[in-house]
Amino acid sequence: MTQHYEIIVIGAGPAGMAASQTAAKHGAKTLVLDEQRTPGGQIYRAAEANEARQSVELGKSYENGFSLVKSFRNSAVDYVPGASVWQLSHEREIGYSKDGTAHIVTANQVIVATGALERPMPVPGWTLPQVMTVGAAQILLKESEIGIADAVFVGTGPLLYLVVHQYITAGIPVKAVIDLTPACNYFKALAHMPNAVFAMSRIMEGWRWKREIIAADIPLISRVDDVRILGDGAVEAIEYRHKSTWKKLDCDHVLLHQGVVPDVNISLAAGCDSRWDEAQACWHILVDEWFQSSVEGISIAGDSGSIGGGVAAEQRGHITALGALMRLNKITPVERNRLARPYQASLKTEMQVRPFLDTLFRPADNFRMPEHEETIVCRCEEISAKQIREAVDLGCQGPNQLKSYTRCGMGPCQGRFCGLTVSELIGKFSNKPVCAVGYYRLRPPIKPLLLDELANMKNQPEN
Amino acid sequence: MASSFLKKTDFKADVVIIGAGLHGCSTALHLALQGVSVIVLEKDYAGRHASGVNAGGVRRLGRHLAEMPLSVASAKIWQEIEGFVDDDCGFRSSQQIKVAETPEELSKQETRVNEVRQSGFHHEKMIDQQTLREMLPNVSPHCVGGMIVEDDGYANPFRTVQAFRLKAQSLGARFREGTKVANIKRERGIWFVGCHDCVVEAPKLVNCAGAWGGEIAKKLGENAFVSAIALMLMITARMPAFVTGVVGAEGRTLSFKQFPNGTVLIGGGHEGQANKDDNTTHLDYSGLAINAHTARTIFPIMRSTRIVRAWAGIEGMTPDGIPVISPSQADDAFHGFGFSGHGFQLGPIGGKILSDLVLDDKTNLPLEPFRIDRF
Amino acid sequence: MFTRVNKNNAKFVSISLDNQTVKVRKGLTVAAALLEANIGHFRQTPVSGKPRAPFCMMGVCFDCLVVIDGMANQQSCLIEVCEGMRIERQIGPADIIPEKPEDQGTKP
Ligand SMILES: Cc1cc2nc3c(=O)[nH]c(=O)nc-3n(C[C@H](O)[C@H](O)[C@H](O)COP(=O)(O)OP(=O)(O)OC[C@H]3O[C@@H](n4cnc5c(N)ncnc54)[C@H](O)[C@@H]3O)c2cc1C
Ligand code: FES
Repeated sequence: MTQHYEIIVIGAGPAGMAASQTAAKHGAKTLVLDEQRTPGGQIYRAAEANEARQSVELGKSYENGFSLVKSFRNSAVDYVPGASVWQLSHEREIGYSKDGTAHIVTANQVIVATGALERPMPVPGWTLPQVMTVGAAQILLKESEIGIADAVFVGTGPLLYLVVHQYITAGIPVKAVIDLTPACNYFKALAHMPNAVFAMSRIMEGWRWKREIIAADIPLISRVDDVRILGDGAVEAIEYRHKSTWKKLDCDHVLLHQGVVPDVNISLAAGCDSRWDEAQACWHILVDEWFQSSVEGISIAGDSGSIGGGVAAEQRGHITALGALMRLNKITPVERNRLARPYQASLKTEMQVRPFLDTLFRPADNFRMPEHEETIVCRCEEISAKQIREAVDLGCQGPNQLKSYTRCGMGPCQGRFCGLTVSELIGKFSNKPVCAVGYYRLRPPIKPLLLDELANMKNQPEN
Repeated sequence: MASSFLKKTDFKADVVIIGAGLHGCSTALHLALQGVSVIVLEKDYAGRHASGVNAGGVRRLGRHLAEMPLSVASAKIWQEIEGFVDDDCGFRSSQQIKVAETPEELSKQETRVNEVRQSGFHHEKMIDQQTLREMLPNVSPHCVGGMIVEDDGYANPFRTVQAFRLKAQSLGARFREGTKVANIKRERGIWFVGCHDCVVEAPKLVNCAGAWGGEIAKKLGENAFVSAIALMLMITARMPAFVTGVVGAEGRTLSFKQFPNGTVLIGGGHEGQANKDDNTTHLDYSGLAINAHTARTIFPIMRSTRIVRAWAGIEGMTPDGIPVISPSQADDAFHGFGFSGHGFQLGPIGGKILSDLVLDDKTNLPLEPFRIDRF
Repeated sequence: MFTRVNKNNAKFVSISLDNQTVKVRKGLTVAAALLEANIGHFRQTPVSGKPRAPFCMMGVCFDCLVVIDGMANQQSCLIEVCEGMRIERQIGPADIIPEKPEDQGTKP
């Protein structure tokens, strides 16, 4: 018999933890599945361990997560860590594997809270060992207390500065910070400043981090409009173009980052409608005011629908759960509206800073659509920007056809690290808007699963 | 847009073909080769369904005896496919092996091979355990032998459909995609096939509508019991080269092959759900689990590979599992549909047979078992 | 260089990498442990044979694939180390691994 729940939440980040607590509080039989070994999601990763060892380097906003994780642990939900979800059907059938065995569970309401991924950053040399994402470096720090000494941080976005700050606090030497925020973005972002005043303290924090870098004598190189990582089998140096001249910096490690984007694979595979968001340059899942998608009974909470950040994710988690509870007849519409009001108010304030951040940290075109033709776009199948242009020249119209032409996007990451680049590049080469180019048609399993896991699901031989 | 500028004559042809799967495209090609003018109507796009997304097996091994003469004739065309359609269709001639896991299965295969011999075909042979292991070094040691056809093969399905279509087009065949047939009428010896934006007129009509073939037959006043099924397939991440040709199993449903790029395709007739009306398919993971289990049992090294994608294609299934290839009871209409999960190999000959029927009302291959009025 | 941030007491376990014993901290993921040991690359790609190492650390990129206890294609950033674990770099499309006896099952 397949196990059935009233609500299944996928992801135990702020959105998932908030949603499941609210769900359980109102009596819904709730299951939470998460790939990580402990609750917290990306932002509050390994919160319990860090609280226990009293780490200081991760900062105040990280500590906000401690109480959330605690109340999540105390709530009446079934929580399965180490569970990787590889299928969500429009009939709310969920396939996941844990410890080498696949399971199928079903639910009346599914809340997708799978969070965000770092935006692909295809620059020459980004596939070399010793090149990692800034997020990866932060995961090593939070989860394993490992630092990468003398790394060069390259890119743009709040997370980049946060992690440099965490590195400085932890005493890990930083070789340099190469800031790729396009100069014109500062000017454009000013227009959104008035709305962002509520978040002034956070914006000021950003400035403090910048000053801290300078105070720590770490080279902070801005106005850089192109980079390439050099090395044969290992990183040897990074070259960057600063005010039209190329300069070279020897180094052993490079950490890349240019913002986060929603992890939409699972929702798209379930058939949820999406749209291209030009401001954030990524796909958003279309939702109603209770974050229900176009597929009945499937809602999207937190960053997996559109980027709002950790605090917004928590608010959205609560609101999403209230919507689901109402549809389960656990609460009335009036109760739902009343209970949601405080969350909606905080969410509104929180979201006012988004246009400012989105504008300021929008990565430059050439870092989303590589101009160096030899740059690898699809890391798995090692397909270059040049091969994509050639396919378009041959008449390739979109990402799905590109698969047949080149195998681009057909490797194990299933397009998560090339999909955005591919849609935008095809649009550029064929002079079409990205929304007309579209995205990969996603097929389950949305995470490649071991044949053994699938075979063990029903280890029942025929006959 | 463009359609409003089309001349009336654009909708007239000698033959109208419904369905641009491999059989529709092949029929169009064979007719175009004879200088006949054809229009092919396709509700989606050429190769969207079974023909373009199947496992690509080109096999005579283990065929229903009724299909054998057709299959053998088709195999001859496959061996020369590049000369025929100007593209190799990704066709590779290779062995096909059906593995026996028990002595009982082995003796069942022996009976079968003798039966085929008696019908005059000699391509199927038995192999013993040692030969099996030499041919498939990674097969599980419990497998006791099997039967083999040495020169079957496999091809790239979508590319094959594309090649037949392009070749037909180069000879003047016209394809209208995104054009769903709404109604069919016959007046004064002419078929009038109505679609949302046009009415096509032709003296002769061919129904190659696959899983939707029954609906078209109904419009001609005939009942063909063909249902839509969704056949599921999975593909793995790249693996080291460890198996050549195509492998099946006697006692379980399996179709297994490794492509030159290292990925392995696992199929085997397990069904998901098909929705004929909106083209959607849904996977049934318990079926895929059995399929994975079978693959792992026959090839233990499969256990640590990763399944990267799974999908299903919509196919027409008849009650007796063999197709309808038959003149219609209506005048000047012909059927070729319901290939029940093994029509890809028959594509090249299927078009030839239908073109023969259209042009001469006869063909030299035995069609009796495929009559539409057999149900 | 990958370095430990806090040098306070930790428990260790022994694992092997390509048949060489490595002592690693208990509780780490396989990827973190191997990075801390500064082992360089984790695998070579099946397409070009180029070396790769973990890129995302969160289960997305599949560049951390290694062979663990004979099972290829394991995402080392999601699996915790344990005493006696045998790890091998995954070269190309993962070598064909020796069959385990339980897989050589007979047909029921
Ligand atoms: C690497 C990284 C580091 C970041 N660091 C910070 C930071 O320090 N500070 C900050 O303010 N913001 C940070 N962000 C942004 C922050 O993660 C988000 O704003 C916030 O966490 C969103 O919360 P969420 O609940 O929507 O998603 P998340 O916190 O991402 O939680 C989603 C959870 O879903 C799980 N999951 C995903 N897919 C599956 C699946 N198929 N099966 C099972 N489980 C699955 C994940 O393992 C994860 O635990 C970071 C983002 C990334 C990608
Ligand atoms: S490091 Fe990216 S999946 Fe493990």
